Amino acid sequence: MQDAIHIHVNGEARTWRSGATVAELLQDLDIRTERVAVELNLEILDRATFEQRSLKDGDRVEILSFIGGGSL
Amino acid sequence: MTDDRLIIAGREFKSRLWVGTGKYKDFAETKKAIEVSGADVVTVAVRRVNITDRSKENLLDYIDPKKYTILPNTAGCYTVEDAVRYSRLARAAGVSDLVKLEVLGDERTLFPDTAGLIEAAKILVKEGFIVLPYTNDDPIVANPYNLKIIMEMIKVPIIVDAGVGTASDAAFAMELGADAVLMNTAIAGAQDPIAMAEAMKYAVHAGRLAYKAGRIPRKLYATASSPIEGML
Repeated sequence: MQDAIHIHVNGEARTWRSGATVAELLQDLDIRTERVAVELNLEILDRATFEQRSLKDGDRVEILSFIGGGSL
Repeated sequence: MTDDRLIIAGREFKSRLWVGTGKYKDFAETKKAIEVSGADVVTVAVRRVNITDRSKENLLDYIDPKKYTILPNTAGCYTVEDAVRYSRLARAAGVSDLVKLEVLGDERTLFPDTAGLIEAAKILVKEGFIVLPYTNDDPIVANPYNLKIIMEMIKVPIIVDAGVGTASDAAFAMELGADAVLMNTAIAGAQDPIAMAEAMKYAVHAGRLAYKAGRIPRKLYATASSPIEGML
């Protein structure tokens, strides 16, 4: 078992395994990678880099998607 | 109206009625109302994914991005930074370069912060976004003259958003020369949203046809259309 890290995902504190990538995080959370945007410490990630970007202690991840709305 | 397409930034749109996707009872109703309205552009908001309850369905499972142009907006943004951030996130989420840009200045009326809107628009245009800025003049029915003046003065397409309550409002906006009408609450909040979606489709179509046809001058009283000649 690798070391645990403490991260924030959409504002919620989570304990995750060290070295996990963004792609693995999405997979573990059961979130399909298409049509979501991921921000890692305020940097918007290119979808193509999800598998390369690994998470470290203290990271703040935001995962966003489209919902109903958009007009008044 | 195949020869009367709405063109924005080189993209052609069939319908001049654009609709929002908020406030419906469920996704099934959203889907049905959009189908009935004939709209080919639908607006969406960008929000955090619910990471604890993954049973929630995704809007885009119901609204096929291949069939509709998805127009993300920056609803709820009160600063340039937020509006730019949400726009970039929307693009990263991968539907298009279009964004309906809102930089709001007043919580009660949802009127725009015009200076902030211009600043945010400049940043986004430089980054290759097609920006549809949400700005005054609204409410249309209260002051149609302002809208008419804006339409005379600027050359980009104008889409009337907000302030529409029923079919005649939508037809009126189109008769004034608006290029399209965007609405959400008037349909989603109607007692029968599906029926209202259909009414809006015809209203926008009728208003556009009337605008193109050119109305007769306003008069205070009736004019006889039957000749006097030949009367007994």
